[in-house]
Amino acid sequence: MRIYADNAATTKVDNRVLEKMMPFFCEMYGNPSSVHSAGQEVKAAIDEARQQVADAIGCESKEIYFTAGGSEADNWAIKGIAKKYASKGKHIISTKIEHHAVLHALDALKKDGYEITLLDVDSEGFINLEELEKAIRPDTILITVMFANNETGVMEPIAEIGRIAKEHKVLFHTDAVQAVGHVPVNVKEMNIDMLSMSAHKFNAPKGVGALYVRKGIIMPNLIDGGGQEKGRRAGTENTAAIVGMGEAIKIAVENMEEESKKVSYLRDKLLNGLMERIPECKQNTPKSQNRLPGIANLSLKYIEGESILLMMDIKGICASSGSACTSGSLDPSHVLLALGLDHGTAHGSVRFSLDRFNTEEEVDYILEELPKIAERLRAMSPLWNKR
Amino acid sequence: MYSDKVMDHFTNPRNVGEIPDADGVGEVGNEKCGDIMRIYLKIDNNVITDVKFKTYGCGAAVATSSMATELIKGKPLEEALKLTNKAVVEALDGLPPVKIHCSVLAEEAIKAAIADYLTKKGLDPKLFGIDLKACTGCCDSCHE
Repeated sequence: MRIYADNAATTKVDNRVLEKMMPFFCEMYGNPSSVHSAGQEVKAAIDEARQQVADAIGCESKEIYFTAGGSEADNWAIKGIAKKYASKGKHIISTKIEHHAVLHALDALKKDGYEITLLDVDSEGFINLEELEKAIRPDTILITVMFANNETGVMEPIAEIGRIAKEHKVLFHTDAVQAVGHVPVNVKEMNIDMLSMSAHKFNAPKGVGALYVRKGIIMPNLIDGGGQEKGRRAGTENTAAIVGMGEAIKIAVENMEEESKKVSYLRDKLLNGLMERIPECKQNTPKSQNRLPGIANLSLKYIEGESILLMMDIKGICASSGSACTSGSLDPSHVLLALGLDHGTAHGSVRFSLDRFNTEEEVDYILEELPKIAERLRAMSPLWNKR
Repeated sequence: MYSDKVMDHFTNPRNVGEIPDADGVGEVGNEKCGDIMRIYLKIDNNVITDVKFKTYGCGAAVATSSMATELIKGKPLEEALKLTNKAVVEALDGLPPVKIHCSVLAEEAIKAAIADYLTKKGLDPKLFGIDLKACTGCCDSCHE
């Protein structure tokens, strides 16, 4: 038996999505740029997928650029705007809890003389809007704040940030990789100028994503070459994956309300159940309702995350952790440290991320097994007796 | 990621526990870096008659503690002092490169426990070739 509770890492491809993709390998394999019918039928399918993605976030299809994923979209948006507006200013505002695709892109810009302000977050993970407003300067060219955090599930006040950015005439990009397909997103209502998304987070295949760019903003080319994606991101399209992305986002949006209720119920049962059953835990997912439906993150004090993951894996449970040992670096998760956790508590973090394929039986099983694992590891820990 | 041996020693660690009347206790590492090992020794006639450990850390930290205690159990002190982190890694059929520091920690923990025993006996650990590098458990403290 295997319980997959790591859907913030990646999701399984929905069978309906796979079915929709299959003809594009051996039958409809034409190049969408070709004039003949074999190409044009594929072009029509890509146009349809572009429309499906646009409908899902409330924009026009010509504002969608397909990419190879979320990291590419983030890098393109941030570095593209930085390059384009360098003469206007070199100041960018972001937060301490962004994904590395954003943080490391900003680090790269820093080496080129850009100034980056990273906003703090409170103990639940929310930025302070007054601090954001105060951070805006005449030379600020971009605000980039993630829609929802991949580790804790906290959702930032995106509409308010959009309003502030608009008032100050600063462009606003959001990394919405964890949000799209899971919670309502509307780029017009939320005043979002650019938005990154990744298909494999909503039951489509890996290796495809998109960047929304509000019309009127001319992005510098990411890849020079042919005329694909209006010439801004050249290269023959990953047709099957793009078609899969379109189908997956359509399914996700159609069922969002119902699925979100089901997944939230499972998340609450899991998170509250673990907090009750395991002593000396800290909940890292915010208690506020502004959070993703599927993520439950908590720290088991006095034990270390990788050990917990290995023990759970033996029991057939797949999850993740923000401990240093699992990140491959010396420090635990930058997100958990930004919430104010000490290193020890961050090392003991476990993240479960559920989706519509998880069942109540699976949650019950985790509720049975994790307390035993915690007890076993704590019996081995020199910190447990000392506490 | 880990060898079968490492997983065996992680899931069924040998010698877990404490020795209330231990003759030597050594602890290395810290919580900030995510690894702490504490080793308890019972020594009779310069022979390690019993050894127990308690470890906070990743799978490799637990497995190296378990293997290191197995390697010194029943051995004379002189032999236990010759235990290297390399020997622990070899006995476990290897460790991923980022986990080598765990084996260093295990070696240091044993040396710290023996040093504690010698100090209690009024002996200078340095005379026995023990040079504790004051391992903090952070990779950068031993991988200079």
